Amino acid sequence: MTIEFTLNGRRVTAQADADASLYQVLRALHIASVKCGCETANCGLCTVHMDGRAVLSCSVPAARVQEHDIVTLEGLQEEAKALGGCLADEGAEQCGFCVPGLMMNVLALARENPDATDAEIDAYLAGNLCRCSGYMGQRRGIRRYLDSLKGVRA
Amino acid sequence: MKAVGMGVRKKDAMALTTGKPVYVADIAPEDCLVVKLLRSPHANAMIEEIDVSRAQRVPGVACVLTYRDVPKTRFTLAGQTYPEFSPYDRLILDRHLRCVGDPVAIVAAETEKQALAAMRLIRVRYQVLPAVLDAQEALDNPVLVHPEEDWHALVPDCGADNRRNLCATGEDADGDVEAELAACDVVIDQIYETKANQQCMMETFRAFTRCDAYGRLEVVSSTQIPFHVRRILATALELKKSDVRVVKPRIGGGFGAKQTAICEVYPAIVTVKTGRPAMIIFTREESMTVSSPRHAMRMHVRVGAMRDGSIRAIDLHTLSNTGAYGEHGPTTVGLSGHKSIPLYTHGLKAFRFHWDVVYTNTMSAGAYRGYGATQGLFALESAINELAHALHMDPAALREANMVREGERMPAYYGETAGSCAIDRCLARAKDMIGWDEKYPARTMPNGHVRAVGMALAMQGSGISNVDTGAVSIRLGDDGIYNMSIGATDMGTGCDTILAQIAAQSLDCDVDNVTVHGVDTDTSPYDCGSYASSTTYVTGMAVVRTCEVLRGKITRVGAQLLGAAPEDVCFDGDCVRRMDSEESVPLREIAQAHMTAGVEDLSACESNGSPISPPPFMAGCAEIDLDPLTGQVEVVDYVGVVDCGTVVNPNLARVQTEGGIMQGIGMALTENPEMNGRGRTVSNSFLQYKVPSRVDARSVRVAFESSYEQTGPFGAKSIGECVINTPAPAIADAVYNASGVRVRSLPITAEKILLGERE
Repeated sequence: MTIEFTLNGRRVTAQADADASLYQVLRALHIASVKCGCETANCGLCTVHMDGRAVLSCSVPAARVQEHDIVTLEGLQEEAKALGGCLADEGAEQCGFCVPGLMMNVLALARENPDATDAEIDAYLAGNLCRCSGYMGQRRGIRRYLDSLKGVRA
Repeated sequence: MKAVGMGVRKKDAMALTTGKPVYVADIAPEDCLVVKLLRSPHANAMIEEIDVSRAQRVPGVACVLTYRDVPKTRFTLAGQTYPEFSPYDRLILDRHLRCVGDPVAIVAAETEKQALAAMRLIRVRYQVLPAVLDAQEALDNPVLVHPEEDWHALVPDCGADNRRNLCATGEDADGDVEAELAACDVVIDQIYETKANQQCMMETFRAFTRCDAYGRLEVVSSTQIPFHVRRILATALELKKSDVRVVKPRIGGGFGAKQTAICEVYPAIVTVKTGRPAMIIFTREESMTVSSPRHAMRMHVRVGAMRDGSIRAIDLHTLSNTGAYGEHGPTTVGLSGHKSIPLYTHGLKAFRFHWDVVYTNTMSAGAYRGYGATQGLFALESAINELAHALHMDPAALREANMVREGERMPAYYGETAGSCAIDRCLARAKDMIGWDEKYPARTMPNGHVRAVGMALAMQGSGISNVDTGAVSIRLGDDGIYNMSIGATDMGTGCDTILAQIAAQSLDCDVDNVTVHGVDTDTSPYDCGSYASSTTYVTGMAVVRTCEVLRGKITRVGAQLLGAAPEDVCFDGDCVRRMDSEESVPLREIAQAHMTAGVEDLSACESNGSPISPPPFMAGCAEIDLDPLTGQVEVVDYVGVVDCGTVVNPNLARVQTEGGIMQGIGMALTENPEMNGRGRTVSNSFLQYKVPSRVDARSVRVAFESSYEQTGPFGAKSIGECVINTPAPAIADAVYNASGVRVRSLPITAEKILLGERE
């Protein structure tokens, strides 16, 4: 089937099997930041934004994105550099494989709850698994990123 | 210029955090065949008949391979220096299937759908055989996992005997342990068990292969062991090693899982047979069920002490389950004793450590961070905690009285000496940080929950003495930039950056002035790979040596340009200066000069190996909250204090420690690999196998108490593995302090606590 949607601000047309997931379509379009870590919808690596909301692209049928707006980390490079810098200053990106999915969820959190407490950060991001960092360094980096946004707002 | 000790960003940090295409699957050729494996549904079976004719006719299928199509040379997938301790007990495909998931056929097709469709059309008739699934029943069982004649062990000393299901056996002892135990006032005599935990790196096993322009096999793999993969593939495929090239891009985590060549042989044989590029990506289910988990061990510990708390004798027997194949079997078991017993060297009169490693019809085990020490330390540190309770002593005081001190010889650690050891300071600081004296053993909270603390010590090694070797090459490039090529494999831990920091410190320059080129076996200097906590210590010292040689060359060329004798100049990192005048020549001019005829080449390549393996040490304290109604345990605080020698990069060392502790907490409480009665692993996804999420530990706090290791680069030892070892025994004792229930088999579930007998 043919699907048409907006990807990172650009209109795209993609061919996909009827049972394809959004994840598969994005990888076929060379969107490298989107990763697969589990196949059971509980690792968070494939997180993207659909109409501004964070979704697991492995669990969204490709047919559902027809005429919708999809954003991946490739479309948020300025934010990625700022947040990535905060993680990198903690050494918390480690292998980096979980990071793009995590960042998509952090950027959604930053929009929905810019004043999130540490406990709220942990709860919001509980679906983003990381095996390297033990989460503490990620929490420090995310905290610093959210605080830096407050500086911009104030 | 100071580079060592600085928390600089990882060199690849921004590429990783902005989602750039740097991993295996991101850089694979478009036209890669998709490789899938048909896997055995039986724990022990022979293929009586296999018909692939219908599968071969599926459109898009490039090849379907069975045991008839593969070379008949046995090999091991273990990434170890040749000759490997792991027996040569594998074929790429075998008629004899030894565990559920053993590969039956390799299918390669243009698309995944076609490959899966073809796989379903393969017809197999199995002769199902009785299976041996229980490690305790394996030795001398009539069911043999490896009855084949061509099974062979390259290192017969390890006692392997396939006619007995024995992968290794042995003993190491000092003094008369039975006599010493008999003379002790108190003897703890208990059995402890750990399970086959999964590393669960977020990137599953994967590799792609292709023929290069010279007709050689190029392998791009997510591996910790590129040079070993080259040798393993050459052996398995009966190729010349010089006809194989292995490249390591960025890796999505390893933790030892990728110290075994789990996946590379399958696309490699497809490329050899078809000439086409081929890629395999393990599903998470495959990564959970046919991979390289921790060796499950059953450890019988006897620890004897006098009433005053002096520990006199330790006896440890370890039964290790290597599964269907012997990868890392003979070596992991050694660490269960050699990296636990030495902690109590101080007044120890005798020890005995003996072991058996057995084959069973279960998933092959492999290397997992800690590599046997984790299992042994769960057993021994639990026994030490039990001893403290039996003696009515504070577990901290018992440890202070008995633990190894700097300068002491450790008979159970290959006779090596603790040349650098701050374990005493680690323990004191950990006690202080957790508030041990106020919180030990437990207190009941207003909501009825019980808060309790527990502790453990740990050690590991820094590389394998006299075996591990690493080399680096550094050359001076344009603009006075140093290009460093390494054979060590950064798997996310940051060794590219750590080694660049050591180079920058040695060359008096900024870390940004050192570029790092990762592993390509065609161009990188040899390195055995990143495992056994070796990279910072072993390869780091190769960097120091290489820089010394390069500095000498730079000084010579600088002197030549200044018209001076080499002994009359010095190199300060920026310039070579005459010592008797103000005259100098900047590094960039020296770099330019050596690109002109008549000037010596400004590059150096040195290797390093070490006759010793200086242990890092650690003290860990857990504070838990136990709900006595449900048995639910929450880790509310965990403190880890580490002596890794000089801390090269405090940020990376801290995150390594936090990450290791979190994996240890998962092993202690939630990660429960389970198999059904027919040998099928049922914990086959993150739904059943629960790795900690970020709500599972509220606080992990880390500090460093550094010793200075004279034989390491700028005083550094290792850190990567040691940090996983304390949570299981520390949490087990905290649970005992909270509930009176002693759990001696991992994981410590709510059920075990609720149903357990109070002691």
